[in-house]
Amino acid sequence: MALKALRKLRTPAATTGPAVTPPPAADGDALLEAVGLTKSYAGADGDLPVLSGIDLTVRAGEIVALLGKSGSGKSTLLRCLAGLIPASSGAVAYRGEPLTGANPGTAMVFQTFALLPWLTVRQNVELGLEARGVPADERARAAGQAIDLIGLDGFESAYPKELSGGMRQRVGFARALVVEPDVLMMDEPFSALDVLTAENLRGELMELWESGQFPTRAVVLVTHNIEEAVLMADRIVVLGSRPYGTIRETVEVGLDRPRDREAPAFQELIDRVYRIMTGRPKESRIPGRAEGADLDRRTVAGTPLPAATVDGLSGLAELVAHRGGRCDLADLADELGLDVDDLLPQVDALELLGFASIAGDDLVLSEPGTAFAEADVQTSKTIFAAAAVEIPLVKLITNSLRQQPDGAVRAGFFRDLLAHHFTSEQVERQLETATDWGRYAELYAYDAEPQEYRLDEGAAGEAGTG
Amino acid sequence: MSFKTGGAPPRAPLSSRLGGRLSRMSWVDIVVAAAVLVLLYLVLRVGQGTTVRFSTDQSVVVDTDPARLPYDAARSLLRMFVALAASVVFTFAYAYAAAKSRRLERILIPALDILQSVPVLGFLTVAVTGFIALFPGSLLGLECASIFAIFTSQAWNMTFAFYHSLTSLPRELDELSRSFRFTKWMRFWKVEVPAGTIGLVWNGMMSFGGGWFFLVASEAISVNNKDYALPGVGSYAGAAVADGDLGKVGWAVLTMAVMVIGVNFLFWRPLTAWAERFKNEQSEAHEVQRSVVLDFLRRSNWPRLIGASLRPVGRALGRAARVFGTDDRPLTVDPTRRRTGDLAFGVVAGGLIAWGLVDLGRYLDNRTGLGVFGEPLLLGLVTFARVVVLVAVATVVWVPIGVRIGFSPRLTRIAQPIVQVLASFPANFLFPLAVWFFLKTGLSIDVGGILLMALGAQWYILFNAIAGAMAIPTDLREAMDDLGVTGRQRWRRLILPGVFPSYVTGGITASGGAWNASIVSEVVTFGGTTLTATGLGAYIAEATADGDFPRLIAGVAVMSLYVVGLNRLLWRRLYRLADTRYAL
Repeated sequence: MALKALRKLRTPAATTGPAVTPPPAADGDALLEAVGLTKSYAGADGDLPVLSGIDLTVRAGEIVALLGKSGSGKSTLLRCLAGLIPASSGAVAYRGEPLTGANPGTAMVFQTFALLPWLTVRQNVELGLEARGVPADERARAAGQAIDLIGLDGFESAYPKELSGGMRQRVGFARALVVEPDVLMMDEPFSALDVLTAENLRGELMELWESGQFPTRAVVLVTHNIEEAVLMADRIVVLGSRPYGTIRETVEVGLDRPRDREAPAFQELIDRVYRIMTGRPKESRIPGRAEGADLDRRTVAGTPLPAATVDGLSGLAELVAHRGGRCDLADLADELGLDVDDLLPQVDALELLGFASIAGDDLVLSEPGTAFAEADVQTSKTIFAAAAVEIPLVKLITNSLRQQPDGAVRAGFFRDLLAHHFTSEQVERQLETATDWGRYAELYAYDAEPQEYRLDEGAAGEAGTG
Repeated sequence: MSFKTGGAPPRAPLSSRLGGRLSRMSWVDIVVAAAVLVLLYLVLRVGQGTTVRFSTDQSVVVDTDPARLPYDAARSLLRMFVALAASVVFTFAYAYAAAKSRRLERILIPALDILQSVPVLGFLTVAVTGFIALFPGSLLGLECASIFAIFTSQAWNMTFAFYHSLTSLPRELDELSRSFRFTKWMRFWKVEVPAGTIGLVWNGMMSFGGGWFFLVASEAISVNNKDYALPGVGSYAGAAVADGDLGKVGWAVLTMAVMVIGVNFLFWRPLTAWAERFKNEQSEAHEVQRSVVLDFLRRSNWPRLIGASLRPVGRALGRAARVFGTDDRPLTVDPTRRRTGDLAFGVVAGGLIAWGLVDLGRYLDNRTGLGVFGEPLLLGLVTFARVVVLVAVATVVWVPIGVRIGFSPRLTRIAQPIVQVLASFPANFLFPLAVWFFLKTGLSIDVGGILLMALGAQWYILFNAIAGAMAIPTDLREAMDDLGVTGRQRWRRLILPGVFPSYVTGGITASGGAWNASIVSEVVTFGGTTLTATGLGAYIAEATADGDFPRLIAGVAVMSLYVVGLNRLLWRRLYRLADTRYAL
């Protein structure tokens, strides 16, 4: 039984840790606290925020999930809490003490495992204890127990590359648990694993947590998987990415453990979180194609291009068209063996182009969207060009090119313009998408060597301006 | 499924486990132990010779009895390995300082870039005078100068490789170290050094290969109109050449070949095979480096026993090194303090450099005037022409051959080790034979010098052409076959673009090597006949022999200028092109 091993793990290590062991926190005590946390990266116009105005408290006895799409700043928030990166403003405190360096009360489980390939499983697990100066024999005993606990016995002397992904992540867990941190930080720990392995490991971990003898007092879980968040967390903090990472809403999960996925309450909660995640912030525009007046107000900064290729978004449009132009996104994702959030960039792209809109849980194709999905290659290019040329960044590039006598502009020009609103990584992604879309629409061409945009002469682009 | 439980199997006490192993000592263990003992004895025995008394007035007589060759070879080898050890220590210190200190990095990295373009041989003079002054009356000064010359040919490459691995440490490993509050010592030895080991070992092997050249060049040298010689293969060959005795030169060449191949087999192959374990990849590789010697060592019990006995030492060191502190970065930096620090550092560094420049300028002005730079600048053009011809001809000859070899796995298996040995075989060893040939045929040294420079430099182009051809994916070749793309079109569309990235690497190394080689190739001697070509290399060599420091400084500075300029204006651009357009 797991419990017996757990007790064994807790007793010796609790007495050995030479690092100052604070008294165990009672349920409800605040362990981590972020107040007015802002994180920004340098851009051309000064700082570009990735996280803004985050207030968050992690208490003993709870699992908090940070849920958001990619780019919502959830991993950044986790690293701020762990003291790995500095906050730009605001403060992070551990047990009331402001952080000055790496958080002494946390241990991290990484998405990519972060095992040292040149050390055996046992040596990897011992690392944290070694760093604290625990004597070798005690280290070996504690590590041995953690290895048993996490189901790795027999693998002690194996090297990470001999293990399957699931076994590797078990090493990651054992390594973090053996130091008995107050808060276990998990950065998408299951997303690099296949579905079955992830399910199995999640289940085992929850069993451990529910036993009440988990060697840590709280867990912060970063995930983009809604179901995972609802399954594991007591509290889900949904982060929104527009215009930049803010807490959109915090959802208390009152469900009893172990949680039954088939239960109506579980499903309802998933739907609710899903709506929070896809819904626009209240003050923003109505989803779908905006009216004329609104169109003019769309700016490059306020309308970033989602990271969706033409292939991807037209693939989604065709799938929806096959289902009669309307379908439940969660069901579609399920059928494809994907998470809903994997489809979000494509959904955003279809919305932005006015090809589809969100109605409740359904994605509904618009008239041009249906035409786009069903047309042959040449026609669909024309339809796409007409829609794409209204997108601010594509429009900006097209118009700039038309004003040049030679119809060519260096990419650096747009890069500088975008740098006022985006981080350099985001700028590259914006330009990449704009290049893909513009090329497909035959609005303009891009030469990678001189890094230059050129007008695509006599192409479908002309039709698109009408 | 639930977590598996159950305690660890009971363990036998350590002593009985060790005892069990000891009783099963096999003949492998005895062979390994004997080998180590012999090696120790040899190092001690050979090492004694380095502290022999010696005075600068003594005339140098090198004994050219072939029976002395094993001893000479051992002395040479000792020098090579001491230089390698020094390079490793230097690499750790310099690369670590550059990677950890933002301020030092700004100075150290550009300095390294220049240092690796400086013709090392030009500095031998300075080194010899300096080290002899440091160890008066002992041969140790000359030893140090020679080791220093080898060191300067190895260290820069290795330092760059390690610096690169330090700064490009995967983000999650950095976060792992900080999140688990590793000590700085642990981070260095458990994370950073292992992550950099593969780069370090391969670069070390390449640099060691290049080091033979400098060993040969530095064992017998005339500085300030005085001849110095250390016992070693290089000086043996030098003496044999001076006597014009081709038979003895042959013996020396043979010894050299045995050493190069032996070190490769006994040291580098096992080391590269061992370094496989530091590959940061998530799956087992298909092609792994293998070594018979390593397999043999692994079959013995010694590695485990030595490991077990060293572990307490490692632990004690780890405990002691806790004073260096924990791997952590403060979250808040006071911007004014930081700026003041930057400013102070900038002022001090800038001041020192300016002071040095002014002093140098005044020295040159007093001695010769700044016009001293004129002649080497012109002569540099001549040597430059030689380098261009060399690289062009080597490209035309070796790229097709390399491609042919690289496309055939069977040929690659045979040819690659041979080319590797040829590349590390010190070309200056063969110069006497070449001079003998020039004298016979009446070929001018002005043209023949190109040939001499090529003897060492061309192999880099061949080596990289092979590697480049091997890197072209088979499916691309099959697609070309399928489409009927052959002949010129195939070369233009597939082979040349495919080989280009690694050709650039080969080209940059070959041209750098050629500049360095010009110092020994433009002035050559055989049996009392000295041939001198027109060129910057000959200018530096003569300045060295005469102990004419102003001319030496001017020559070395101008050559560095040519090398750096060529790298910046040509090779860097080709690199970027290869990276953006032709990366496979």
